[in-house]
Amino acid sequence: MSKIHIPPSSEASSEQDAQQQVELARHPQRPYTLDYLDRMVTDFVELHGDRRYGDDGAIVAGLGFIQGYPVAIIGHQKGRSASQRRRRNFGMARAEGYRKAMRVMRIAAKVGHPILTLIDTPGADCLEQSESRGISEAIAANQRDMFTLPVPIVVVVIGEGGSGGAIGIGVGDRIMMLEHSYYSVIAPESCAAILWRDSSRNEEAASALKLTAPDALNLGVIDSIISEPGEGAHTDYGQAANLVKEAVLGALTELGDIPPAELMAARYEKFRKMGQPKELQ
Amino acid sequence: MTTVDDIPSNLWEECPLCHQLLYTRALEKELWVCPKCGYHFRLHSAQRVQITVDEGSFIPWDNDLPLVDPLQFPGYREKVQQAREKTGLNEAVVTGRATLAGIPLGLGIMDLAFIGGSMGWIVGEKIARLMERCVADQLPVVVFCASGGARMQESLISLMQMPKTSGAVGKLGEAGLPYIGVLTDPTYGGVTASYAFLGDVIIAETGAAMGFAGPRVVEVTNLNLPRGVQTAEFQYEHGMIDILINRQQLRNTLRILLHWFGGTRPEHSENAGASSTALLGEMTDHE
Ligand SMILES: [Zn+2]
Repeated sequence: MSKIHIPPSSEASSEQDAQQQVELARHPQRPYTLDYLDRMVTDFVELHGDRRYGDDGAIVAGLGFIQGYPVAIIGHQKGRSASQRRRRNFGMARAEGYRKAMRVMRIAAKVGHPILTLIDTPGADCLEQSESRGISEAIAANQRDMFTLPVPIVVVVIGEGGSGGAIGIGVGDRIMMLEHSYYSVIAPESCAAILWRDSSRNEEAASALKLTAPDALNLGVIDSIISEPGEGAHTDYGQAANLVKEAVLGALTELGDIPPAELMAARYEKFRKMGQPKELQ
Repeated sequence: MTTVDDIPSNLWEECPLCHQLLYTRALEKELWVCPKCGYHFRLHSAQRVQITVDEGSFIPWDNDLPLVDPLQFPGYREKVQQAREKTGLNEAVVTGRATLAGIPLGLGIMDLAFIGGSMGWIVGEKIARLMERCVADQLPVVVFCASGGARMQESLISLMQMPKTSGAVGKLGEAGLPYIGVLTDPTYGGVTASYAFLGDVIIAETGAAMGFAGPRVVEVTNLNLPRGVQTAEFQYEHGMIDILINRQQLRNTLRILLHWFGGTRPEHSENAGASSTALLGEMTDHE
């Protein structure tokens, strides 16, 4: 984390800075979940389907080994080519994706293995298909139930941390962000359009939303930042994956010895305290 | 329902799908998958044991349960007796303990040759005992399903095997033990609506027929089910199956899953790294 300069909370990151992070997070060559899995996970067995309606290509879920340790892994997957992007729904997951994610997390919980989630979504899908299958309920239930899984959960925002779509797999014991990812309640363009009826004021919104990794760290929403190689993760997939792998293994080692009841209590407290004013602490 | 005649036992076999004539010895090497069209031949339980677990490791359980005829159904005792003589099995499922790549597991394998793999009291009892014994012995469970459905001659007692086996799967779950269900051609009726679809991980062999209503039910009730609805592929597309797989990849997939569940590292990865993901998942995003 030596690469990262963390500004004191009073000093907002410049507008350009924030916008630049958003653009890097959306860089067309940015490594996606499967790019990380390829480089940091062995013997990955992908699991499919929510046992209810279908299989959502926007979320990849399965069982694999990180440095020989069994881990359940869940991640949003965007597509790169036109056909992949359609199949992956641009990384915008539907209800069946969140339900598949919870099903696979429960498998890990059942046998006591940890969970890693990789967040990279512009937001959850919000078309009729999702409304009709209960996208809100699926995201809500995941957040409720992730507090009750008696195994370590490590969350890494690897690209776009888009609102409800992100938090639907975002409850955990250690929350990390890649240096050039962002995490926000809304995309800056949409924020500008809603608040100021002018989506071209996206840079201003990006800055105001405090969506960069250092901002999220200052807010106490995340625990640490994972640095990226060179100009960003897209310049060196191998190195980016190594850095993520090291950070994940470090977190898992820390969490591995904590008894399940303590782990879950601390997880609840962690989110319970987010945003609490100092005078109440 | 399937009869033993559907299952190969000659020097040459004709592929039922593409009609290619295949030398049995060669077909055996291909694990009974047609090299021409990929059709998966139906297997006897003994063949499934042979291609799945470590040689000589299988120890059968509960092979001595007595013949039951709860309804005194006309001709049923004789039918069961004949099936026992014809197949050398005591019922339509074989259960026991074995090792796969050295990993101990509880194993259930259904056999279509025994009254179409239908589920009566003994099948349900053997499945329930398998689960309970694996709770006691702390073993993961793999069950290969193949069934025409319920055993009509046991009527309600057959129906009650569904809650009994489902409850037993639940006991395994409460004990934190994994259950992998493998759906093979064909799996129908009461078995699908109980332990077949309760696996933590559900695997299906490609091309397997499966569905809630058995083929006879579909036939006699003139159910208008479109072609293709009762297939592994349809179920996979609709989110019911985790892994749709060729039989030749099945053993290795089970090996990796058993390692994962047991928290042990697969020693010499038969396929490590990027290429393995393409094999085991539908990881087609790589350019
Ligand atoms: Zn053929």
